[in-house]
Amino acid sequence: MVTLLNDTILQLEDIHKSFGDTKVLDGISLTARQGEFITLLGSSGCGKTTTLRIIAGLESPDSGRVLLEGKDMTQAEPNKRDVNTVFQNYALFPHMNVEQNIGYSLKIRRAAKEEIRRRVGEMLQLVQLEGYEKRMPGELSGGQKQRVAIARAVINQPKLLLLDEPLGALDLQLRRQMQQELKRLQKKLGITFIYITHDQEEALNMSDRIAVMKDGVFQQVGTPSQVYDAPKTAYVAQFVGTANIVRGVVDRVDGERVTFRNEDGTGEFLSRGYGFAPGEPVALAIRGEQAQAEKAGEKTGPGLFGTVKEKSFSGGMLRICVELAGGQEFICSRHGIDSELAPGDRVRLSWEPGSACPVDREEVR
Amino acid sequence: MAEGRPQKKRKLRGEALTIVPLYLFTLVFVAGPLVYMVVLSFLTRAETWGVVGEFTLENYADIFQPVYLQTFWESIKLAVISTVLIAAIGYPFGYFMAKLPPKWKKRAMLLLMIPFWTSSLIRLYGWIVIFRANGVLDTALMGLHITSEPLKLLYTYPAVVVGMVYALLPFMIFSVYSSAEKLDFSLVEAARDLGASPLRAFFTVSFKLTLPGLLSGVVLTFVPSMGLFFIADILGGNKVVLVGNLIQEQLLKTHNWPFAAALSVALLLLTTLILFLYRKVSGVKDLEGLV
Repeated sequence: MVTLLNDTILQLEDIHKSFGDTKVLDGISLTARQGEFITLLGSSGCGKTTTLRIIAGLESPDSGRVLLEGKDMTQAEPNKRDVNTVFQNYALFPHMNVEQNIGYSLKIRRAAKEEIRRRVGEMLQLVQLEGYEKRMPGELSGGQKQRVAIARAVINQPKLLLLDEPLGALDLQLRRQMQQELKRLQKKLGITFIYITHDQEEALNMSDRIAVMKDGVFQQVGTPSQVYDAPKTAYVAQFVGTANIVRGVVDRVDGERVTFRNEDGTGEFLSRGYGFAPGEPVALAIRGEQAQAEKAGEKTGPGLFGTVKEKSFSGGMLRICVELAGGQEFICSRHGIDSELAPGDRVRLSWEPGSACPVDREEVR
Repeated sequence: MAEGRPQKKRKLRGEALTIVPLYLFTLVFVAGPLVYMVVLSFLTRAETWGVVGEFTLENYADIFQPVYLQTFWESIKLAVISTVLIAAIGYPFGYFMAKLPPKWKKRAMLLLMIPFWTSSLIRLYGWIVIFRANGVLDTALMGLHITSEPLKLLYTYPAVVVGMVYALLPFMIFSVYSSAEKLDFSLVEAARDLGASPLRAFFTVSFKLTLPGLLSGVVLTFVPSMGLFFIADILGGNKVVLVGNLIQEQLLKTHNWPFAAALSVALLLLTTLILFLYRKVSGVKDLEGLV
């Protein structure tokens, strides 16, 4: 069926929420389309769980609107919303077995026994837990509980599935495996996922779009590559994939090519559509793997000068920590296990102008 | 191995030293009197005072006289009525107390505890002041023009029921409270999220998970209410006679020890039987370790 209908599932419009004197959400807006996988990424206390609870109807916003499929559901009870949640601690009913847990929402809707049995069977197959019908939640492992929680939440085919750090309690290996499974499941079901995590790798791995959150505000909403390659703020650049933040003053503007200067030296970057004027302060995000460190004086050209502080090897990369003026550190990473550079050496840091991204150019809201 | 053995022996001896006194105490002060009571119930009453060592089943046969059966029936009836009322009041009380903010929880708990610092007998006398003709209750009701003449509640069946409920309610509240406090509220949220109305979520999740508390509360109130004779004595005058009163009377006034013992054994068996049936019907295996 070809339709030109609006496929927007969820709209959040300028949501504000405070608990007592604590402002938790300070103007959150988000649109999610049919079948999208959106991740809310942020450290704990940034307001991501509150956002989820407002979408689910377990919390009501102080101001702003929640629209589901275009309908204003801001004040609707949780049971009136076509939204289900996978809770952080799974929240499986301890007095019901796996079958009863998964079939709960159908039973509430007074579905026929036969139908419940059939659809629970389908769900168990979907999450690969056939044969576990009669087990009690207390008899399941963390990964199995996780699967039951997911099956219970999707059996009623909601338009929107909310997942609150669903893999948080699992060990690393199981996490990786479940990431793939969740992604596969989401594709198969075609349900819109709003997924919460504080793990940037998980977010980059799974999402269609990532909303990076800090202090109750979205710092940036974009695809993983937008968020990674073109971070809008210093916070995003440092939270997603860790980047070096270098500050300076614009020296010269030459078309797209901009030169800046600070007490360590000079550097170049591309304006990326922002306007720059000489004398203006600027902050740049530079990924460690896109910067080179060479012995000072070997080559000429723009560069920041500093002293090698230490070298370390991790994850197949050699990390060279360079100390700049004022004690700021710049991490440079490269392949290989050692380099000719030694602690104490004076080095010049340089990069391709295109790989330095100007950040904090616009007000976050 | 050889070296380990003496040490193990010594350890066992140490453990025995700490545990044996407890067993001895239980044996002497719990099992002993029980055996004494059972033995006594099969002996014959002496002409004037005490017993003679002559085996008889007469005492048990006497229980089946209609007047005594009637007493047993009244006791069960009163215990059931009291327990139902206590559950109806105590369950919501305990449940919502567990949902209070921590600061208020402590205060509510304190308010419940304070009466326990006074002897329960003295608190019962308080009810006499309230219930007696032209007492506190009558004065209040007549002052508010709700009633026009004294209700004369003292020494009536309702007064005994009120006394029972009053005396045993805290046990129900604490029992429900302790199981409601353990209830994970995210389970209720999960139920709501999965489509349950607040009422439905309560009955399918909260109530089911606090049921053990309610059931052990029922045991904690039903069992004592079968035997609490002094409440019927004080608030019921001589109009309400329960098994407890009967035993007390046979023992202290009539000095028919064997019959009092037989009545006690019968009460014990009856209570055990009711608890057994109750456990079967309710399907709860573990009443929070009570039964």
